Amino acid sequence: MVEISMTVNGKPVTAQVEPRTLLVTFLREHLGLTGTHVGCDTSQCGACNVHVNGMLAKSCTMLAVEADGAEIVTIEGMAAPDGTLGVIQQAFQDHHGLQCGFCTPGMVMSAAALLRENPDPSEEEIRAFLEGNLCRCTGYHNIVKAVRAAAEAMG
Amino acid sequence: MYAFEFVKPKTVEEAVAALREGEAKVLAGGQTLIPTLKQRLAAPEKLVSLAGVEGLRGIRTGDGVVEIGAGTTHAVIARELAGAVPALAALAGDIGDPAVRNRGTIGGSLANNDPSADWPAAVLGLGATVVTDRREIAADDFFQGLFTTALEEDEIITAVRFPMPKTAAYAKFDQPASRFALVGVFVARLDGNVRVAVTGASENGVFRWQAAEAALGADFAPAAVEALAPPPAEEMISDLHGAGDYRAHLVKVMTKRAVAACG
Repeated sequence: MVEISMTVNGKPVTAQVEPRTLLVTFLREHLGLTGTHVGCDTSQCGACNVHVNGMLAKSCTMLAVEADGAEIVTIEGMAAPDGTLGVIQQAFQDHHGLQCGFCTPGMVMSAAALLRENPDPSEEEIRAFLEGNLCRCTGYHNIVKAVRAAAEAMG
Repeated sequence: MYAFEFVKPKTVEEAVAALREGEAKVLAGGQTLIPTLKQRLAAPEKLVSLAGVEGLRGIRTGDGVVEIGAGTTHAVIARELAGAVPALAALAGDIGDPAVRNRGTIGGSLANNDPSADWPAAVLGLGATVVTDRREIAADDFFQGLFTTALEEDEIITAVRFPMPKTAAYAKFDQPASRFALVGVFVARLDGNVRVAVTGASENGVFRWQAAEAALGADFAPAAVEALAPPPAEEMISDLHGAGDYRAHLVKVMTKRAVAACG
């Protein structure tokens, strides 16, 4: 076992893990943060996307020990502590950007990463950035609309 | 995933020493290795992480050379080389997806030498030099077939040194599910010669298409490629994504597109 420490959604966390523990396993099973989903488990669907030191990463394709010392933000960190949805989450709700909702945590984390580096993306840029997020309901049109609306709301 | 020991050395020397003890593998960005471990296709006793090793990241340009630290991610290369070497920036910016590009590194891609990876085409196409902890390896000697390189078991890539081309371009036909290259062609005009490197197509991994190099050396135009026969279909990968003759045809098409993109 190895001791790791990191900040998850602003809270410091220290734990003993096996080196083979994936970051997503650590988040879901050790910390109980089950908002981050395991979709494909083969690094293709993006449902497990989180932010590691401000950068989008697939938590199923990263070891928890690699996140030692890092700042992690998951979907649970996107809403206010009282449960008020973040701007991107609200835009997904307003624009019917989720159907079954399984891909949504990864979509929201990707959208947040996109809007940080490009606050005013075109529809084409949104689609290109979301290349690594799969929606099995094929609800892409409204997801793209929601991201565009979030960009406008954030001004 | 089977259990393994995890070590995080601080220097290249410590990393090499760690690789010499037991059955160990280097962990760079992990975007290929971790999926491989998850599928139990590899079972190393130890992973030697390069994340804590100083001096492996960053890009230096000058004297007609671009040197990229082996631990530099695709995302950083895409961003920082957009002005200086647009062909390399565009190649880096079209690998995988944004999350993969934030973790995956140029050194990891080269050491793995996947026959459909993008970086081998750029390194061979520009005649770059692979710098390791102990020597410098010319691109023409580095790639030795599917997932095989000139690297020794305990050898670590520290940087890649590219000559600055007059013009260069990479044209990639994406395999739509994986976003690896079904066929990718890197064309470069250097002082006095033209190089054409092809990834994704051959049973033997990345290769130079010498007939196209000769034709483009005489006349650098898509029409010069049009007159050529495609590379032999029986040497191309044939799988559910495309038959050998289809890939051979794509090599020609993508070479023409890369030449046209060189302007």
